[in-house]
This record gives sequence, C-alpha cells and structure tokens, in this order.
Amino acid sequence: MSTVGIICAVMLGVTGILCIIRIVRGPSMLDRTVAADVLMAATAGAFGIEAAIHRSTTTLPILVVLALVGFLGSVSIARFAPQTDEGDQR
Amino acid sequence: MRDYISGALLISGATLAMCAAIGLVRLPDLFARMHAATKPQTLGLLLILAGAAIRLDSVAATAMIVVAASLQLLTSPVASHMVGRAAYRARFIPADRLVVDELSDDLDAGEGPPGCQR
Repeated sequence: MSTVGIICAVMLGVTGILCIIRIVRGPSMLDRTVAADVLMAATAGAFGIEAAIHRSTTTLPILVVLALVGFLGSVSIARFAPQTDEGDQR
Repeated sequence: MRDYISGALLISGATLAMCAAIGLVRLPDLFARMHAATKPQTLGLLLILAGAAIRLDSVAATAMIVVAASLQLLTSPVASHMVGRAAYRARFIPADRLVVDELSDDLDAGEGPPGCQR
C-alpha cells in the first residue's frame, strides 16, 4: 500500500505544480478560477488517499469542508468577475 | 484482495487528476480547459473516495464519504455552469473559436430583461 501512496503522491504533486502554473499564467480571471478548482479537487483527493492509506478517519470531515468552500469561492468569482470593463479581463 | 481493488481505484483517481492538470496547461481556451478540469472534480474524486471507502471498511467512515461525494456531485456542476456562463456572457471566448454557437443567435433575437448584462 505504501507503493500506491508514493505513486499517488507523485501524480498529485505534478497536478499541483501544473495547476499553479495555470494560475500564474492566467490569462483571464476565470482561467485561474478553473485551475483553482482543479487544485481544490486534487487536495480533496490527497486527503482521501491519506485516509485510505493510513486507515484513519480524522481527515474525512475536511473533504466536506473543501467541497463547500471551493463551491462558494468559484461561484462568487464567476458571479462578479465579468462586471469589470471590457478591456480589463484580469 | 480488497487492498488491490482499493489501490487500483486510488491510482486511477490520481491519474485523472494529473491528466486534468496537463489539459489545463496545454489546451488553448477556457472552455477546453473546463472540459479537462471537470474530470477530477467528479469521476476522479469519486474513484478516490470509493477506494478509501473500500479500504476503511467501516459504516461511519462510509457515511462521511457518501456525504462528501454527494456534496461534490451537487456543487461542482453548478460552479462549472456559473464559470462557463460568465465566460460566454463576458465574451471571453472569441466567436471564431466556437464551432456551433446557437446561444448567440437566441441572445440577439431576444431583448432580455432590463438591466441584463450581455
């Protein structure tokens, strides 16, 4: 099971790095929102994998919290992002 | 045997997350990136949570996992819909990148409610 843990940790680490690359590059605010959503999903997956490998249930409530917080963040950004000017799309 | 099934589910979920991140960096515009981004949000996380439920093998943990999975299934399509709608309405996507654009014709035909932002 530790081999599975190492493989998953490497994959999720690559995921995090690539998401941060997209968050830095942009170009628009909504691209960053989508990348932050993927980063949030990868974080939730990491907590799930940690719970599975260590057979511990202490991190499971964090999954619920992450789903709610990520939802509120991306919906509020999507609601208020396009009200900026036409040329200023950052 | 259960550990093998659980490990296979965990690895396939992590693989979906990595594929989505590669798509995020390589695909050209926002809608294509959203297409890649929805994979770990639903299927990837469900695979990982199923693997965790099989390995944890307790009713209380499975109940918490079901709550987390159903919340994720409810919230992530709504968030994606809001992002796509905002991108379309704000014309973040150039019209020549879209193969089919029926919504634009409908929006031009209708007036929309007063104060509605195109």
